[in-house]
Amino acid sequence: MKAVVLENIVKTYKTKKSTVTAVDDVSFSVEEGELFGLIGPDGAGKTSIFRILTTLLLADKGSAKVLGLDVVDDYKKIRDIVGYMPGKFSLYTDLTVEENLEFFATIFNTTIKENYDLVADIYKQLEPFKTRRAGKLSGGMKQKLALSCALIHKPKILFLDEPTTGVDPVSRKEFWEMLKRLKAQGISILVSTPYMDEAKLCDRIALIQNGKIMKIDTPQNIVNQFGKNLYAVHSEKMFNLLNDLRDYKKTESCYAFGENHHLSMKDEEYNLDEIKSYLEEKGHRRATIKKIDPGIEDCFMQLMKK
Amino acid sequence: MNKNEIVIKTDKLTKKFGDFVAANEITFEVYKGEIFGFLGANGAGKTTAMKMLIGISKPSFGKANIAGFDIYKETEKIKKSIGYMSQKFSLYEDLTIRENIQFFGGVYGLNDNEIVSAGNKLIDKLGLHDEADKLVGSLPLGWKQKLSFSIAILHNPKIVFLDEPTGGVDPITRRQFWDMIYEAADNGITVFVTTHYMDEAEYCHRVSIMVDGVIKALDSPEQLKKHYNAESMDEVFLMLARSAKRGE
Repeated sequence: MKAVVLENIVKTYKTKKSTVTAVDDVSFSVEEGELFGLIGPDGAGKTSIFRILTTLLLADKGSAKVLGLDVVDDYKKIRDIVGYMPGKFSLYTDLTVEENLEFFATIFNTTIKENYDLVADIYKQLEPFKTRRAGKLSGGMKQKLALSCALIHKPKILFLDEPTTGVDPVSRKEFWEMLKRLKAQGISILVSTPYMDEAKLCDRIALIQNGKIMKIDTPQNIVNQFGKNLYAVHSEKMFNLLNDLRDYKKTESCYAFGENHHLSMKDEEYNLDEIKSYLEEKGHRRATIKKIDPGIEDCFMQLMKK
Repeated sequence: MNKNEIVIKTDKLTKKFGDFVAANEITFEVYKGEIFGFLGANGAGKTTAMKMLIGISKPSFGKANIAGFDIYKETEKIKKSIGYMSQKFSLYEDLTIRENIQFFGGVYGLNDNEIVSAGNKLIDKLGLHDEADKLVGSLPLGWKQKLSFSIAILHNPKIVFLDEPTGGVDPITRRQFWDMIYEAADNGITVFVTTHYMDEAEYCHRVSIMVDGVIKALDSPEQLKKHYNAESMDEVFLMLARSAKRGE
């Protein structure tokens, strides 16, 4: 059985003046036990998809199933077996850490004790603060508590909507290590993120933009389909370099990527020596050009322009 | 960047909340036209430090001079010499682009003529003629952030403070945003920016990394990578921030 199946899902929001299509004919499926990532910026439609799958929102068109259950006909059953961590912190800020966890355990007819092993790993870090009100926790701690509350009823599938947004690189790394351990216990996970570097930590990903899925595959396969040579270019004057490379007649695209610029060329012939002498003319005396493997972010940007 | 002109200078700047030292004897300088990355883990004290620098939180002790003004006595002058933008609070969604320009231009102390001419220039530059009289709430996030940055520098401030300006923005817009940062810095505006994207740390002239209220490292990305024998700023950050003891 598939963990999640979406077929031709459409969701629009109407205001007085206009209609916004948030999810535009989206279909994909998630295998059982899979860690599947929805990768895309704010406004791509990720949250609408989560809310449809967790039975909090009705789609205009299409159908969706979670572990074989229909999101409309079987919504009550779905609510029992899913864990959901919304993008916006949604726990009770005036309850303590422990009270929140107990509350969520109770409404699912279970106890903290019964499923403690599942959350122990995460909750242990929170225990020193268990009498603190949830509203007084830092961002990283809130995120850990929200995950604990989403897990306490031992869900079969986890829906995590941008769990790492606004979280620093250290906590982000820890969070993904936790997800890996949960996956090892057989829980299917659908997670969304705007951070492209997190894509490679998923089994498969869907790249999503403006309500449409641009590509679904394993991170490796997506990178393999980039289909062009990509070069990392560096010089002492990086801002000038960016503009000079963009002005070059055979350049297809050039974007800043950390300490280098990533350059791809039009499909006509070019050679690196020619580019180097062009750069020298422009005053970049010690420019380096190195062929590199593209990353998910390179692929995302290439697909955005299609 | 002009290293002869210092626009931010702090000396042992400290902020305590009771026994808790949120920012602990922070000392650094930032130059005119520099892009300065202010990094740190959640809870390291970045926001506290930034609030002191923009004149809305009084330090417990220490000294600082921002854009030529004293952080204790001249906070109103500081506020007029800086621009500020954050991911959370940017613009008024239920005002149009033109109305936002008018409002913020007024807040920053421009007169009516200046607002009209700076506003027209801004709309030209961003190519927003068709949208100028539409509500800001109807713009895509990427546009909002670009617009919000442009408005933060409408009054040509000496320094612009950007608090996680690119969170959640698509990768192409994120880069267009940095193009704008480079341009502003080229025009002599100092850019003081926080981010959780470590690739963006590489675009800064210098970065500081705060851990547990203290500035643990401050240098150019290149020197930091050399010093910590790291491949990327991500690695440098992880090395330094992992040592954090503060229980958030």
